[in-house]
Amino acid sequence: MSAMTGNNAPLEAQMKKALEVEGRSLWQDARARLFRNKAAVASMVLLGIIVFLAVFGPMFWVHDYDTVYKDRVALPPSWENWHFLGTDVQGRDLFVRLLMGLRVSLAVGLVATTVSLVIGVLWGATAGYIGGRLDEVMMRIVDVLYAMPFIFFVIILMVIFRDATAGKPALNILLIFVAIGAVEWLTMARIVRGQTITLKGREFIEAAEAAGVRPLKIVVRHIVPNVLGPVVVYVTLTIPAVILAESFLSFIGLGVQEPLTSLGKLINDGAKNMETMPWTLFVPGITMMVTLFCFNFIGDGLRDAIDPKDR
Amino acid sequence: MFGYLVRRFLVAIPTLFVIITLAFFMMRAAPGSPFDLERPMPAAIKERIEASFHLDKPIYVQYGYYLKGLVRGDLGPSMKYKDKDVADLIREGLPVSATIGGSAMLLALIFGGILGSIAAIRQNSGVDYAVMGFSTTGISIPTFVTGPILALVFGVYLHWLPSGGLDRGRMTFTHLLLPVLTLALPQIAIIARLTRASMIEVLRSNFIRTAHAKGLSERTVLFGHAMRAAVLPLVSYAGPATAALLTGTLVVEQIFALPGIGRQFTIGALQRDYTVVMGVVILYAALIIAFNLLADILYGLLDPKVRYK
Amino acid sequence: MSFGKKISMAVGLIAALAISACSPSTPDDPNLKILHRGNSGEPLSLDPHLASGTWENNIIGDMFIGLFTENAAGQPIPGMAKTWTTSEDSLTWEFELIDAKWSDGVPVKASDFVFGLRRILNPETQAQYASLVYPIKNAAAVNAGKMPGSELGVTALGEKKLRIELEYPAPYLTGLLTHYTTYAVPEHVVKEFGSKWIQPENIQVNGPYKLDSWRTNDFVHVVRNPLFYDNENVCLDEIYFYSITDNNTAERQVREGRLDVNNDFPGRKMDFLNKELPGYVRVHPYLGTTYFSFNTTKAPFDDKRVRVALSMALDRDHITKSVIKSGYIPAYSLVPPGIGNYPKGAISNWASLSFEDRKAKAKELLIEAGYGPDNPLQFEYTHRSTGDNPAAAPSVQSDWNSIAPWVNVTIAQIETQILYANLRSGDFTISDGGWVADFNDASNFLYLMETRSGSMNYSRYSNPEYDTIMDAANREMDMVKRADMMMRAEQMMLDDAPVVPMWYLVNRALVNPKVTGWVDNIVDLHRSRYLCITE
Repeated sequence: MSAMTGNNAPLEAQMKKALEVEGRSLWQDARARLFRNKAAVASMVLLGIIVFLAVFGPMFWVHDYDTVYKDRVALPPSWENWHFLGTDVQGRDLFVRLLMGLRVSLAVGLVATTVSLVIGVLWGATAGYIGGRLDEVMMRIVDVLYAMPFIFFVIILMVIFRDATAGKPALNILLIFVAIGAVEWLTMARIVRGQTITLKGREFIEAAEAAGVRPLKIVVRHIVPNVLGPVVVYVTLTIPAVILAESFLSFIGLGVQEPLTSLGKLINDGAKNMETMPWTLFVPGITMMVTLFCFNFIGDGLRDAIDPKDR
Repeated sequence: MFGYLVRRFLVAIPTLFVIITLAFFMMRAAPGSPFDLERPMPAAIKERIEASFHLDKPIYVQYGYYLKGLVRGDLGPSMKYKDKDVADLIREGLPVSATIGGSAMLLALIFGGILGSIAAIRQNSGVDYAVMGFSTTGISIPTFVTGPILALVFGVYLHWLPSGGLDRGRMTFTHLLLPVLTLALPQIAIIARLTRASMIEVLRSNFIRTAHAKGLSERTVLFGHAMRAAVLPLVSYAGPATAALLTGTLVVEQIFALPGIGRQFTIGALQRDYTVVMGVVILYAALIIAFNLLADILYGLLDPKVRYK
Repeated sequence: MSFGKKISMAVGLIAALAISACSPSTPDDPNLKILHRGNSGEPLSLDPHLASGTWENNIIGDMFIGLFTENAAGQPIPGMAKTWTTSEDSLTWEFELIDAKWSDGVPVKASDFVFGLRRILNPETQAQYASLVYPIKNAAAVNAGKMPGSELGVTALGEKKLRIELEYPAPYLTGLLTHYTTYAVPEHVVKEFGSKWIQPENIQVNGPYKLDSWRTNDFVHVVRNPLFYDNENVCLDEIYFYSITDNNTAERQVREGRLDVNNDFPGRKMDFLNKELPGYVRVHPYLGTTYFSFNTTKAPFDDKRVRVALSMALDRDHITKSVIKSGYIPAYSLVPPGIGNYPKGAISNWASLSFEDRKAKAKELLIEAGYGPDNPLQFEYTHRSTGDNPAAAPSVQSDWNSIAPWVNVTIAQIETQILYANLRSGDFTISDGGWVADFNDASNFLYLMETRSGSMNYSRYSNPEYDTIMDAANREMDMVKRADMMMRAEQMMLDDAPVVPMWYLVNRALVNPKVTGWVDNIVDLHRSRYLCITE
């Protein structure tokens, strides 16, 4: 943004020019920049493949995720019978279970993160920008929710509604979205608020205020794009955090229910047998890492692409 | 500044009160009671036990009793541990959890900060990729995987460090090293990423350019200006994260068989030990409030644009 | 570059700390024999009248001795009792006590037993496990607060003479008297300190070890009691009981050598551990059965044919041997083999059929009961969230779903304590659950299926004939006849299939071969006084 370059041209003229920038061209530029980033593009392709496999793979693979082959329990990876990632302790094909786990984990990660992103950014930017009493009240609410230990929140939410969702896998997963999403937006709100307070003192915001731009518009147009850098990075941290939070629920026995699975649950099961059946840990573990690497590079690419300071 | 502190402190009291109230009623909304056991006890005995904890009274009366106890500084007896009070349990468990959590956070701040800064300064270099690779790996491996691996490798295979437990109840460096590392790894990763991101942001901003233009040395610019601004998002993160680590974590305490309050708390919540859960929630909440306040003060000290009203 | 310097400094610092850290833990005093025992849970109480867990029993039984106690093989042997006589009708027992002392030198008196039994039955004590001593005359009434403690059928006939009167003959009384609920407690100490008597600074014991310290979630430390009556035959000086709930953690500590013994290990790793730790692995049948309960009051499980079919269609061999792999034994009856006073158990009449035949028969039975493509059988199976039960669930579901395409089972995992509450209140269709005997006698399993057991009879099975036989067996003093009656009752019940026995539990332990005196036994009690360490 030109106001940030610090040259001597009249500030008002600079501001006017800046406000003329239309959202469309802004995002078109960003897209062009994003596609010039090789790591990000490669990650997008890879993540696309992963998502495609997770969504459609289980429908077309030779095995079903819940078929138990009694004579093929705990087989190491081999090409025999197409168990090329081996089987689990029940005698189920690990490849198709991995795809199922990816599907569930990606869903939990994306939905819960999106929820937390939307609430967190708007909440934090509004509180930080408007300040005063409203900031006080809004952040007090965040403080109150924050001061509830995550585990407490999730465990209580899970046990209250668990009986109602027992045996209904879709509802059960929805419950996990809600429980985790209800907690994750808080950090986002705090970070955005902190950034906003710093931004508020900056010249271009003061200029926009002087130009009579409405507060809501300032928040959406100027604050939000300017805090996106740290936010995008935080998102790439939140998706793993959400996926890990779900795996923690699996660890204490409140996660996704059998025969469904998730990456976290697969890893948790694998960790228990890491010495005797190492493939049950490595297969989901490496998958999780690759997936998160993709999110990471995409996140970095996105940040570079939409960073307003480079415009 | 002083007025600000007093005001924040006064605000903390109603905040805590809201938290206590919310937690109290949420806990009670969970199905089951602490005295639903695998083996039922005679109905008359169960009634008597419940009466001794006032569980036979309407919930708002129980709430009143609980608040009355709290005002006197009494967290009540545990509903599961018949020979212990909640205060005893916290007194025994908190030092262990706090030592592990505090050390882990310290380690994470030092290493995460250094790694993140280096990555930012050498953005897109081999060092940067190495740090980010390590960081993403660190975040994507759950502690319930790193913990057992560390315990197996250093405890069982190599016999360098104990695979778990304390030294007859004493905390020693050797006994805490593996749990602290397990806990610190993901934190190092997170902090390195946050530092890198905000550092890059700051290094591009015009006040750093100005500083360069003024002819200040690289060193002064980095440590005097850039670092100061770059730690802001870190402060937001580290405050509450520290409070969370201090109050213990189930996974690390369970894997390394450590007598902290994190495990106590999770098991308490799963088994409906109402008083123990409430005790830890209050402790956690008080810590969070304190660390948030600390974070905000730090914010003010680091960023002159923030004004305390 | 200063960052490089900083890093090298930090690395150096950590390295220095790590090197200084290589000092070993506090070594054991070489003059003392100390045993480090992994104990699967944190004791909720060490008061014999307030405890309820097996892990608490492990510690309490090292500190207190009842009228009877266990030998190394877990069989009842006289403890505080020297001699005893039984009346003609088996309702009155008189005990002569040995010359034993509490650890403060005060003699153990018959009145301590009277005090102890009145204490556990006093409703004010809030003992959760008091119902175990209900065979004693008026015990239930005293416990319900309907009679004063003085009406209890326990009398001190002198300082060393005790009489116990029973409600009904209890052939298993000696076994019951080894249980901590029946222990004497030092009256003079309990009266002085109240509920704090169990704290290390106040406690007095009559057993081989005395409480020294108790660190919550870490360990309970007990030390030799020199006044114990058999002290000269006790080898170990001190025992640490570590509360390690995670059996993977405990297994690592045994492998590392920090623990000498642990009373559990991850079952799936049995083969691996046998290779890794030759001579450590101990597996022995236990007094417990995992069984599913049908809710027989509701459709579809009010139909015996459906129950039998579903019971037949489960491949217990596969589930225990390939999936859970914990050494569990496939179960075709409720009462586990090897239990006391029940030499020859009953068995489901289809148990000898091959699994394929059973599956085919199951399908026939379901068709006979009116199920088929037009009338699919749909129900929900609930299971506990703990132990091996979640691991078995997918196989159970798969077995049932493969009977026929029109059988459709969903599974739901429920928190263990909630699930048991649901079982007692009848809020389930078919659910897993388990039972571990309180004392070593078959009747402790079979009473579960009696009509009068009410909420403990999860499936609400009610068969007047069964009740009559069990009632008669409870009064029968001829142990051979009694066993035969119980077997007939169990067979009748199994034919009606209100429950699906799945597997008999085993007790598992890792015992360092340097620990001697460890005898595998069905009650899984290994008192430290019989153990020793040889180098």
